[in-house]
Amino acid sequence: MSTSPLDNLAAQKAELLEKVTSLTTLDELKEAEPFITGKRSILSALQKSLGQLDADARADAGALLQEARREVEAALTERRAVLSKQARAVALESDRLDLGDVVVSAVTVPVSVGHPGLVGSTQRELEDVFVGMGFVVAEGPEVESDWYNFEALNIPPAHPSRGMWDTFYVELGEPETVVLRTHTSPTQIHLMENAVANNSLPIHAVAPGTCYRRDTPDARHLATFHQIEGIIVDRNITFADLAGVIETFTHAYFGPDIESRLRPAFFPFTEPSAEFEITCTICRGEGCRTCSQTGWIELGGCGMLDPAVLSAVGIDGDEWSGFAFGFGIERCGQMRHQIADMRALIENDTRFLGQFS
Amino acid sequence: MKISLSWLREFVDITESVEELRLIMDDLGLVVEGIERVGEGLEDVIVARVDNIALIEGADRIRLITVDAGNGPLDIVCGAMNFEVGHHVPLAPVGAVLPGGFEIAQRKMKGVISNGMLCSARELKISEDHQGLMILDDLITPVVGVKLMDALSMTADVVFDITVEGNRPDAWSVEGVARDLATRFHRTLRSPKIATPNVKATTDSFASAGIDDPDLCGRLTVSVLRNVKVGPSPDWVAARLTSAGMRPISNVVDASNLVMLELGQPTHPYDAAHVAGKTLRARRARSGETLETLDGVVRELAKAGRGLGDTGEDCVIVDGDDHVLGLAGIMGGASSEISESTTDVLVEAAFFDPMTIARSSKRHGLRSEASNRFERGVDPNVALRAVGRFVAVLSESVPGLEWMASPLDIAGKTPELPVVELRDNDIERTLGIAIPVKESTAILEGLGFSVSEKNGSLFVIPPSSRLDIRSGANGRADVIEEIARVYSYRRLPRRSPSWPTPGGLSQLQQFRRKVRDVCIDLGMNESWTPTLGSDEDFDLVHPGAARVRITNPLASEESVMRATTITGLVKAWGKNVDRGTGDVVMGEIGVVFTHPDVTKNPHNTKGGVAGSVTLALPEETERLTVVLGRPKDDATTAVAFWNALATRLNLADVVVRTLDAAPGFHPTRCGALVDRATGAVLGYVGEVDTELVHVLAPTATNRRLGLIDIDLAALSDHTMAIRTSQFVNVPSRYPSAVIDLAFVTPVSVHAQDLAHALRSASDLVERVELFDVYRGTNLPEGTRSLAYSVRFSSNEATLSDTEVSSARDALIAVAVSLGAVLR
Repeated sequence: MSTSPLDNLAAQKAELLEKVTSLTTLDELKEAEPFITGKRSILSALQKSLGQLDADARADAGALLQEARREVEAALTERRAVLSKQARAVALESDRLDLGDVVVSAVTVPVSVGHPGLVGSTQRELEDVFVGMGFVVAEGPEVESDWYNFEALNIPPAHPSRGMWDTFYVELGEPETVVLRTHTSPTQIHLMENAVANNSLPIHAVAPGTCYRRDTPDARHLATFHQIEGIIVDRNITFADLAGVIETFTHAYFGPDIESRLRPAFFPFTEPSAEFEITCTICRGEGCRTCSQTGWIELGGCGMLDPAVLSAVGIDGDEWSGFAFGFGIERCGQMRHQIADMRALIENDTRFLGQFS
Repeated sequence: MKISLSWLREFVDITESVEELRLIMDDLGLVVEGIERVGEGLEDVIVARVDNIALIEGADRIRLITVDAGNGPLDIVCGAMNFEVGHHVPLAPVGAVLPGGFEIAQRKMKGVISNGMLCSARELKISEDHQGLMILDDLITPVVGVKLMDALSMTADVVFDITVEGNRPDAWSVEGVARDLATRFHRTLRSPKIATPNVKATTDSFASAGIDDPDLCGRLTVSVLRNVKVGPSPDWVAARLTSAGMRPISNVVDASNLVMLELGQPTHPYDAAHVAGKTLRARRARSGETLETLDGVVRELAKAGRGLGDTGEDCVIVDGDDHVLGLAGIMGGASSEISESTTDVLVEAAFFDPMTIARSSKRHGLRSEASNRFERGVDPNVALRAVGRFVAVLSESVPGLEWMASPLDIAGKTPELPVVELRDNDIERTLGIAIPVKESTAILEGLGFSVSEKNGSLFVIPPSSRLDIRSGANGRADVIEEIARVYSYRRLPRRSPSWPTPGGLSQLQQFRRKVRDVCIDLGMNESWTPTLGSDEDFDLVHPGAARVRITNPLASEESVMRATTITGLVKAWGKNVDRGTGDVVMGEIGVVFTHPDVTKNPHNTKGGVAGSVTLALPEETERLTVVLGRPKDDATTAVAFWNALATRLNLADVVVRTLDAAPGFHPTRCGALVDRATGAVLGYVGEVDTELVHVLAPTATNRRLGLIDIDLAALSDHTMAIRTSQFVNVPSRYPSAVIDLAFVTPVSVHAQDLAHALRSASDLVERVELFDVYRGTNLPEGTRSLAYSVRFSSNEATLSDTEVSSARDALIAVAVSLGAVLR
């Protein structure tokens, strides 16, 4: 009876496993690895010796050897994890610093110049214009229920007008009932509900905030973006007030030579609704590529609060009326600074950030 | 929707220029997204006959062609090879300007003069064909010298690409757009030619129809057309469809499409020979039924979908064997399609419940020109008029066409038209201007509304094409918008409203601005990092924790809502390091999200259908996170940054307490920011965990990265983070005395606590500042030396040596009481 090269495998394996256990540092492990599982190990040598066996025996022996190798490799991996953890603990310990003992006056603080982000700055400028006009600034959550983002805004479930927003759904509750807000308009609903609950009408507020649409980012769109929403609910508010507020804002933010105009549009939560356009800030109304030669560019949407929205929040439409408007904060910044590609805003390249002051 | 000017002109006279018309359509809310000019630049192109083809010496890719275009022989150099002597081709003579502005000039090539250009169809923007010259003999019987446009019966035309707003079901048709223009212009709206049934035999002798579910199908008309000969459409029909961006298919299908574009009513023609029992019924699909639609996909019907209230209802058309023929109003099935052998046609013209169509179309991911119209609400009364138009159009190519008398017309449930009352001052109350009753009545009547006046109110009933008009107060707003739209928004007044309450920012908003400003002053570059990230990144800081997930992310790396701003900032910093611009401080004030299951403060809100249930949404908290990545930055500069920030925010006494771990922080280099008085933890300071740097900014492995991560709400809350008094001290006019005190202090006593104790030990203490920490083997185990500089002063007088000395003793006594020993 011929002897198989694997006759001593059990003992050889045991020896290897013991060797693994005896390793005490990562450096040792690195050094020993070739001799345990690597090219210079007994396992590799045995592998080579299988060549002398006939096909059937080779297959059986190969499987046996493979099993042993798996076991040793697993032990090695486990050992490596233990040693890494130890090494990290040692490194952390030697790194320990009691931050309560920091002598601040002795710390050398590098001097560097900071820069505001475009979105934050633009938002502040817009807020300041509206605060000057008498608006307060409100905020709302970014994760909303279907009710606030859609239904209370007169956009019933499955209504075709939902196609106007590509929506990210959040895995909470029933499918498609929780969303990342697609616009800042749900804040309108919160404001009106609170005003009704606290008996604190009228409302004159703007609500800036982050919004999300399931749209692959390109030069003109980001999936995450910011809007600013405005809402007035008061007595005797008409479309004339809406047009007046838009005009006052346009002059205050873009300058006295930039005009605004309204044209009919559809939004489920306002009626009558309008898209508002301003004189193209690139060509100042002469006509250029940015404005498709029209001299005007679209800025946002607006309209008188739809009676269905007022009744959804329990406001008496015979006593109160109001309007809402909304537009993109990035778009304002983009127009002012002529930013060719919006994606620069989320790349946080300090060469880009460093241009804002 | 694409509509050509010439088509509009069949319905209404238009004298305005294209640019004027564009402005007017925009002003009517029919937004023109684009204008395409057809046949522009073809005025100078004429028909020429090829009389001779000669080779040019030394050239194998161009030839010398002699043509006759009515004025004798003309030599043209040409690269195309697809024609022979005797063929007629388009010639752009010298001086012609082709579409796109290319001007033809006399040119010399290989020593030969070319007097113009022979053109391909693509060069003339007639079709995409670029296989060679356009051979006119294939299309017409050409006459030499005739203008190409005349030869091809082409007219220059303008196609408007219009976006139809969601509340304008009527504007999904040429007639609807024309009606708006006619009303604005005070011109007459013309109707196209409408046929009537032309045989005595009644439809019920041939076919039958029914509605099983009147809530899904509001009206089903079935007409029978006989003696149909399927073939190509007349040129004008093909041209109209092409201009609207549709491909001509056959006269029957084209007539159906033309009518849909023209009047807004989708119709569906069936080959009667393939409809069992010549019967069409509309009913609810049953669970388990399937349909193979024309696009070859087998669809499961009546299967509940995702989303609120989608029970899976589908309306289907079935035949006499109750076999499903098509998804009503969306897409037909293959079995009863019109083919070349079709002779009898059943034409279905119906009204389907808009919401049912919308849900089915969304659930099956099927959009068609028909479903687009049905889901917005097709005029329930236009069905048979549309069939009349269908027949009129089809008759042109099928002279013997028969339309059987008394088409089947089954009624289901159609929406009731509201009567909207416009009270005396409603228009003024909404628009801020009183539009004369005469003018508003004329506008409404022009749009097809019926108007009657009673007791000072106008009672308005919309046309059946305007199912978007609601009842009551909602309808009032709808009707006023119609009046304002045609009256023109530009004519409406503007007024600047004012109110007595001042505008302003909340305390949190003002505070947030201040924090941001101070951080920027201290060198922070304000960043904007993603809210949505990967599971891997999430697990780096919150391993295994519950997380808020997006159901339909754009990519798996963007499927989890962040629970920290640290990972995003470290990544952003790492990219800057890669670019060689990483020696910076980056920071962000951003919202992070905690799953409602694992927070004590879920955001409970109204949700569900009609807001009838309470939903627990994620807690949203704002973090101020600053990552300090300059070459000398580490935990100590982070502490220095924090100290400067705390000073500028007037925080009374927030101390740094060493901590074993905080999410994302280096475990042995981090501390909690604790308000001494309230014990509130406001955030953490220290360094970014080395493992985090290694994974997120691999090229910066081993660089120390200072880190501050603060709960903005806690920081802004004056009951958690106590502020210094707003009453300030006027510094003493008398000289102050400065002494140094060093104490061997147990490590259990915080340096800041000892400083605080020293500060409170005497009224004379003006300031206590730690200036040195010494650890050494010569000190007892478990201690270190803390050296403070103490400044004494008094507002009353210059301090005497005795006063300083006794104050010093008081301080030492306090220190001793804490276990410290003067060194």
